[in-house]
Amino acid sequence: MDDIYLEHILDHFKSPRNYGILEDANYVYEGGNPTCGDMVKFFVKVSDGKIEDIRFIGKGCAISQASASILTELVKGKDLEFVKNMTKEQLLDELGIELSPTRLKCALLSIETLKIALFGELS
Amino acid sequence: MIKEISAETLRKDFPIFERTIRGKKLVYLDNAATSQKPIQVISKIEEFYKMHNANIHRSVHLLSYEATVEYEEAHKKVARFINANSWQEIIFVRNATEGINLIAYSLGLNRLKEGDEIIIAISEHHSNLVPWQFVARKTGAKLKYIDINDDYTLSIDNYKKLLTERTKIVSVGHASNITGIINPVKEIVSLAKEVGAITIVDGAQGLPHLKVDVQDIGCDFYVGTGHKMCGPTGIGFVYGKKEILEEMEPFLYGGDMIDTVTTEGSTWNELPWKFEAGTANIAGGIGLGAAVDYLSSIGMENVEKIEREITAYALERLSSIKGIKLFTPNKVEGRLGVFSFVVDGVHPHDVAYILDREGVAIRSGHHCAQPLLNRIGADSGTARISTYIYNTKEDIDIAVEAIEKVKSVFKV
Repeated sequence: MDDIYLEHILDHFKSPRNYGILEDANYVYEGGNPTCGDMVKFFVKVSDGKIEDIRFIGKGCAISQASASILTELVKGKDLEFVKNMTKEQLLDELGIELSPTRLKCALLSIETLKIALFGELS
Repeated sequence: MIKEISAETLRKDFPIFERTIRGKKLVYLDNAATSQKPIQVISKIEEFYKMHNANIHRSVHLLSYEATVEYEEAHKKVARFINANSWQEIIFVRNATEGINLIAYSLGLNRLKEGDEIIIAISEHHSNLVPWQFVARKTGAKLKYIDINDDYTLSIDNYKKLLTERTKIVSVGHASNITGIINPVKEIVSLAKEVGAITIVDGAQGLPHLKVDVQDIGCDFYVGTGHKMCGPTGIGFVYGKKEILEEMEPFLYGGDMIDTVTTEGSTWNELPWKFEAGTANIAGGIGLGAAVDYLSSIGMENVEKIEREITAYALERLSSIKGIKLFTPNKVEGRLGVFSFVVDGVHPHDVAYILDREGVAIRSGHHCAQPLLNRIGADSGTARISTYIYNTKEDIDIAVEAIEKVKSVFKV
């Protein structure tokens, strides 16, 4: 738990992938942790049940923003079914860091927001 | 010879400093959120539960008598501490937020009408802001905000422009929990009196650090909270001028606050009990009394002196760190040891997280003062170091070193 600011986390935080607004998105949703102020907003273009393109904007701590960036790379080009079945543990494995309960919500904001964006609820 | 009072000697009164944080020294710099508790306060609460525990004002047995005397005595201690005219002017509540709500509900809702105006400062904690938004919405009164100057002080010029015959309430914080600025409450109150407004000072951030004399300030109400001044959580107080409190409707209704009750109606108990409905936080009140005793034994002049020294040192050390922005005046006078800052390129939560790994407890976020953070351009929040009587130069050195570690981890 001592080192959560690994190279790849900081890299995604400082140079987030798929960052920005997607004009022709057909799914848009903004999620946040009001207590700490973390925010991510996903823009997803879905066609034929596939995530054709995805972008996000956000502000917040390194963990929340790196997690969103990593998530976009993970789901881009995948079927909706893939996202639907994706578990929190899968995302945490991708992040590759061990988080305390207080920082877990930073890491999970992205996947929870994306699921609401696509399916209207957590699955 | 009396040993000189210093942070190093006072520190020994606080048992929590005997513990470590993951093997490291506890450096507690989150005092604007809550202070640590000295053994004198902890023991007093323990003694109450072990020796005197009973409900007050109700029973004829000895325990109840002792509890009642101690609880009333705590009101008297607070009254003396802030130089109130009478202990009946001290109402115990849960915290400063509840104190402001008491005034907002009992006085604000009943006295204000459409066209009236309430003035607060842009720097208010939400506790002295949201209740007035509520009163404004319910009564049709208008809520106005005093702006700040570039040096974070309250703009008295702006305040004078806001004051009119329509101003019915002026409620300001004694000090800012973001910038540490101490507001000129005596001047603010005096100007408000010229237009006949009711004046309220939110002392949550002021009272733990400053010698307060409510009669000198001249305010109608002064609100304090115990947990930021060495006392337990869940206890605070409202000071109000007797003649105003007597005219006000109660805030909460029920047991202990009544004189007589019939099926037709009720009459109210005398002050302060009219405003203390239900079984009180008796141990908390007695604990607050012990906290007042503790601070009085140090002397608030000494508290101010000790804090000025650590504030000066912290300001010097923090100002010298490259790559951080401080939202605080670059001076020692007229302010408390509160330092809000951001490290360029690092979110405040990450700053606080890394500091915690070094044993340094600070706050990060919006500190319940979002309008001020927006005003000073810190929309994403800040990290905040806030000192108290037991903080040493070593504490500051460790914190500064930890901030340097933040920069090296994030390579900024």
